[in-house]
Amino acid sequence: MLTNLTMGQYYPVDSLVHRLDPRIKLVLTLAFIVSVFLVNSLPGYLLIVGFIFLAARKARVPFRLLLKSIRPLRMILIFTFVLNLFFTAGDQVLLEFWVIRITSESLRQAVFYSLRLVFLVLGTSLLTLTTSPVALSDGLELLLGPLKKIRFPAHELAMMMTIALRFIPTLLDETDRIMKAQMARGADFESGNLIARARAMVPLLVPLFVSAFRRAGDLAMAMESRCYHGGEGRTRFRVLKITRMDWNACLTVVLLIVLIILERTFVPASFPF
Amino acid sequence: MSIEVRHLTHTYGEGSVLKTVALDDISFTVEPGEFVGIVGHTGSGKSTLVQHLNGLLKPTSGQILIDGQDLNGEKVDRRALRQRIGLVFQYPEYQLFEETVAKDIAFGPKNQGLPADEIDRRVRKAMESVHLDYGKYAEKSPFELSGGQMRRAAIAGVLAMEPEVLILDEPTAGLDPRGRDRILTMLEELRAREHTTILMVSHSMEDMARLASRLLVICEGKLAADGSPRELFSRPGLMSSVGLDIPEAARLCAVLRAKGYDLPADLYRPEELREHLLRLWKEASAC
Repeated sequence: MLTNLTMGQYYPVDSLVHRLDPRIKLVLTLAFIVSVFLVNSLPGYLLIVGFIFLAARKARVPFRLLLKSIRPLRMILIFTFVLNLFFTAGDQVLLEFWVIRITSESLRQAVFYSLRLVFLVLGTSLLTLTTSPVALSDGLELLLGPLKKIRFPAHELAMMMTIALRFIPTLLDETDRIMKAQMARGADFESGNLIARARAMVPLLVPLFVSAFRRAGDLAMAMESRCYHGGEGRTRFRVLKITRMDWNACLTVVLLIVLIILERTFVPASFPF
Repeated sequence: MSIEVRHLTHTYGEGSVLKTVALDDISFTVEPGEFVGIVGHTGSGKSTLVQHLNGLLKPTSGQILIDGQDLNGEKVDRRALRQRIGLVFQYPEYQLFEETVAKDIAFGPKNQGLPADEIDRRVRKAMESVHLDYGKYAEKSPFELSGGQMRRAAIAGVLAMEPEVLILDEPTAGLDPRGRDRILTMLEELRAREHTTILMVSHSMEDMARLASRLLVICEGKLAADGSPRELFSRPGLMSSVGLDIPEAARLCAVLRAKGYDLPADLYRPEELREHLLRLWKEASAC
């Protein structure tokens, strides 16, 4: 019933990209996002497309699966496109009737802003598709580690993230079961107006909260009885190591950024693209 | 009300890598007034099966006929049918949500659209059936009750709909012996008083020996055996071949028979075994 949650889920295969250090992957994704914002011409976008294609190939992630991650965003994409198309000022009018005025500048901006969004999602999806949630929060913890000096709770944050991710499927199962149990007592979750439907959620939400609190209490007890006391002096089961592959990946991204900067400086931005 | 299951097959995750066949071509008919025990190893498909019987899951193929009418037919009001076939889930206490026990039990009848005085009558009756004192517990929060009481309150919530068929998925799991006995006694009384058809999923062969008039043995999604407990428990090797025990009385009987004692092969209830042992003991002390 509730198992079709696909956006950015880990795709478990073994590949070069999967084996990269999660810290490096996080930093590189950040760099990639910056580079997407640096681009404002067609050749630049071709570079980005090329990079994504290469990365997906190396990660052995089917391109179709990657493209699927854009789907939840389609409304926002359409919105961005339309807004930019109609409300950007410009001189070279392409089309004009009634209140609508489309200029070459607005078309350009609409296309580029939408593309930017698409590439942002593709890049970050590639990260989550190739990095397991545990590795991801590990990497995040280590990256945020230096901030511990200013009392930033990096370890606690990462631990909370790991636990939250771990309990998503459990709570989905639970929701499914409670929903069925209440349906067996004649509950109706599907018909009625908005208020009726919101009221119908009470028999589902109350037991769900009760069980979530119970689970949280049990987990806290189990962790304490195994002497968990936060990040202080804790060693790791998986020690992250930066390898040559990681440096190669860094080099590739640096190359991408350099190419984009060169393109920006030497290729004149001319209409249409 | 009779339930007829015809070639029921259910596949989870159809068309994906994680495809699993949970139920494979299961057919049986339950007549009114029967007490059917559904037994099987963990993951054999018992829970999936009972969720089909009141239309919470749809079969991948096959049919379920309620009084000859297809449960998943187009014009069938499944919500109305669900109220005639009450299903008590595993660990039903996790579905309690209201402020008071009485309100929670009233949830089902309220959804049936009954008048207030009828709801009140049913709540009182259901609480009496599960041995929860109305005066003492009706106005308490369900979260203040003990585990066993919560379980019984949740079962009362289904009984209050006065179903003709009651299906229970492991109603005694996780209870202490006293809590377990209370539930089983309650089911016995219910059957004697209301002639409710009962289907019960359980791991406990002792429970089955005490209550069931018929057993369905499910193994890896298939119906491995269907018959009276007397017949199935005495068929050598059948229960162990599907990873299940036989009741202790039946096991003891088999051990004694192997040692040459003159006992019938099909004993499985503690009372009847005791009678035969007393007979043997009297015969032995007579000579």
